[in-house]
Amino acid sequence: MLDVQGLTVKFPSRHGDFTAIEDVSIRVAPGEIHGLVGESGAGKSTIGAAIIGLLQPPGYVAAGTMTLGDTDLRKLTPDQAHEMRGDRISMIFQDPQTSLNPLMTIEDQLIETIQAHFDVSTSKARKRAVDLLEEIGIKDAASRIGAYPHQFSGGMRQRVVIALALCTDPELIIADEPTTALDVAVQSQVLDLIRRLADTRGIGFILITHDIGVIAQITDNVTVLRGGRVMETGPTAQVLGAPDHPYTRALMAAVPRLDRKLDRFLVPADDAPVVPDARGVDAEAWLLDGVQEGGLGLQVRDLTVRFAGTRTSLFRKPEPYVALDDVSLHVRPGSVMGLVGESGSGKSTLAKAISGLISPASGTMQLGDTDLPYGKARGRAHPSRRLIQMVFQDPYSSLNARHRIGDILAEPLALYGLETDKARRRALAIGMLELVEMDPGVIDRYPHQFSGGQRQRIAVARALLARPRFLICDEPTSALDVSIQAQVLNLLKDLQAKFNLTILFISHNLAVVRQMADDVAVLQSGRLVETKTSEPFFQAPDAEYSQTLLSLTPAMPY
Amino acid sequence: MVYFILKRLLQSVFVMLAVALLAFSLFRFVGDPVSQMTGVETSVEDRERLREELGLNDPFIAQFARFTGDMLQGDFGFSYRTRQPVAEMIADRIPATLELGTVALIISLIVGIPAGVYTALRPRGFITQTILMTTLVGVSIPTFVIGIMLIFLFGVQLGWLPTFGRGGTVEIGGWTSSLFTIDGWRALILPALTLGVYQLTLTMRLVRAEMMEVLRSDYIRFATARGIPYRRLHFRHALANTMIPVITIIGLQFGGVIAFSIVTESVFQWPGMGLLFLESIRFVDIPVMGVYLVVIAFFFVLVNLLVDMLYIAIDPRLRVKEAA
Repeated sequence: MLDVQGLTVKFPSRHGDFTAIEDVSIRVAPGEIHGLVGESGAGKSTIGAAIIGLLQPPGYVAAGTMTLGDTDLRKLTPDQAHEMRGDRISMIFQDPQTSLNPLMTIEDQLIETIQAHFDVSTSKARKRAVDLLEEIGIKDAASRIGAYPHQFSGGMRQRVVIALALCTDPELIIADEPTTALDVAVQSQVLDLIRRLADTRGIGFILITHDIGVIAQITDNVTVLRGGRVMETGPTAQVLGAPDHPYTRALMAAVPRLDRKLDRFLVPADDAPVVPDARGVDAEAWLLDGVQEGGLGLQVRDLTVRFAGTRTSLFRKPEPYVALDDVSLHVRPGSVMGLVGESGSGKSTLAKAISGLISPASGTMQLGDTDLPYGKARGRAHPSRRLIQMVFQDPYSSLNARHRIGDILAEPLALYGLETDKARRRALAIGMLELVEMDPGVIDRYPHQFSGGQRQRIAVARALLARPRFLICDEPTSALDVSIQAQVLNLLKDLQAKFNLTILFISHNLAVVRQMADDVAVLQSGRLVETKTSEPFFQAPDAEYSQTLLSLTPAMPY
Repeated sequence: MVYFILKRLLQSVFVMLAVALLAFSLFRFVGDPVSQMTGVETSVEDRERLREELGLNDPFIAQFARFTGDMLQGDFGFSYRTRQPVAEMIADRIPATLELGTVALIISLIVGIPAGVYTALRPRGFITQTILMTTLVGVSIPTFVIGIMLIFLFGVQLGWLPTFGRGGTVEIGGWTSSLFTIDGWRALILPALTLGVYQLTLTMRLVRAEMMEVLRSDYIRFATARGIPYRRLHFRHALANTMIPVITIIGLQFGGVIAFSIVTESVFQWPGMGLLFLESIRFVDIPVMGVYLVVIAFFFVLVNLLVDMLYIAIDPRLRVKEAA
């Protein structure tokens, strides 16, 4: 049905053309789900945009053929191409929060799309829209259809997006990271839906994703991309099960396994670790010097956090929203506690309460033998402000863009009065960069000059320079590519062992937690449903909710 | 939603109280009101008597309360200069300023929004570049220069339009309007244009920037990928979303147009509040200045309140959340 041969996409720039896609060939049959997988910059989305004719200018198709059925997609005039969009090829975007027009009802958007391609009356179009929403699993569609996008939850919204892509009966749907922004439970429902639509309606899908688990779960064929080129292509079972290309093998090795724990990830050899020289050894000695006492555990008892709710009535006090409900948790000294749960389960709230960023309503927190006061009651000079450090999820916003790396790293040293000598602080910052396997020559650069993985290393380095005993990592790798994630996780493991750190590792990704954690705690809507030692947990979790979570996570059969 | 509007109303009351305090202190502390009112030959005893009669020896709070209370009852005091009630003077002048401001705003919207949309849809076109260049010149030239240039061209050289005053006016229930005679419109067009040019460029650039932002958003890309006709895509999907932030600025602008019409009114000898204010400054007519301040603040507060309500009308996300 869709046949792409030798596709080359170029972006003209001042320094000559930049080739984003080079000689890519893909065939998609009706009812086939074809996965495009690769890391950021691999050109996955560009291929999708080229097929549907929505390349961001000034990008253009430089060579190759693209045919859909008998139609040569490259020969279409702009008007014909626009006519064909929606009608024959449709698209699903990553974030259901932003891909619907917030000012129009679902009904208006559906009817408008149907009427753009079919000459039908509004009432017929509405009936068709309602039927489609029912089919896609929105209950009570006839009345819900009049709602605005913000009145639907994330998963329901993604269903509406799929309904919109589907309402004109296209032959091909390009799904660009359709489940990346969703929780596992919703993700698995949406993936099932896509599989069902391919099987029952014979729609061809191009599924663009960075998540190999998703690829393994539902695709028929897969194309592995890197730097705009095809590394390997073929039936999914063959490509993932017996990868031919070294890159595919490296990629597979970097994927965290849900089914077993590895001591270290295998990372491609071209990223050989920097061997620390004298400065690195010095920084290491300095850090070890500060942490000679044993690890510090964390004891949380009956912690409850409430937030002010939205006011619904003028005379009634708003109902408080309970973010954490009576949570008790013990993190053993020197261990890694994995904290898992879906979005909104209170994972980050717990992290903020422990680090004193928000005030709980009740409960106690103890670091070692010291009580941790609530929120603002914990003074700036309280020792736990130094002992507890955080690594945040988004490496793009957690570093001050106007500060040089050297200043960012030296800040905790000055702030906590650890080193009074400026030259000494700089030397430690340089040594620390070596410990996190970065080139010390970059010390005078600004954060925007680094990639996501490098920034996350800097964030880890900054946290460690405070000589912490307790590290909170809130989704530290979920914004990173798998191979970079593998490197950062390796680094965290090494540093944890070296400095005997206690870590609270927050993640929604169970496979990552299995690799990192000694114990696992599961949160569901603010309640702790289970705490267990890691290996027994992954073999046989006790709580029903944990079992569901585990079973919904895409497993890698290869 | 009721809660939201009530909250806004309460905030407005506080803003007005703060402005009243400012106007009152202007009244009370900028110069001595008694020496403003009396001549050099008035004896010290007479002055003291007057001070007592006017209640100027009362405590500050009592005076402020009386001032605010009088204002609420529509008693704005008397002008030092003309001995007329200030309320009457302002009421005489309000129609001229409001009509000027409204027509200026309408000109800026009618030209500014389509121009903004056009330049956003064709960001690299020749016409776009020309419009952007011209408007840059428009922003850079001070208002009074534009006014004088318009007077020179249309009033003096071509002799098409009058250069000062309101022309023919019609009185409708105490509101003197120049909108119902050809003559009145002829007199209105130049000052309104002068006042509107700056707002026009601002509106256009804002619409352009917002629209380009919206056109890059996911829901527009998704709608394009569904093959929604471009016309609908641009004017229904994109424009509505563009207008949300633009409305705030336009609302604030309208307040600004009313407040800062002083320069234009003076260039065209337009008998509005701005001109009255200028005359009052020249004669240190503090009661008029104080009331002018309060009236302008009232317009700002009113317009902002209207903008907030308009928000609710446009954006469903701000309406009461129904159970999802």
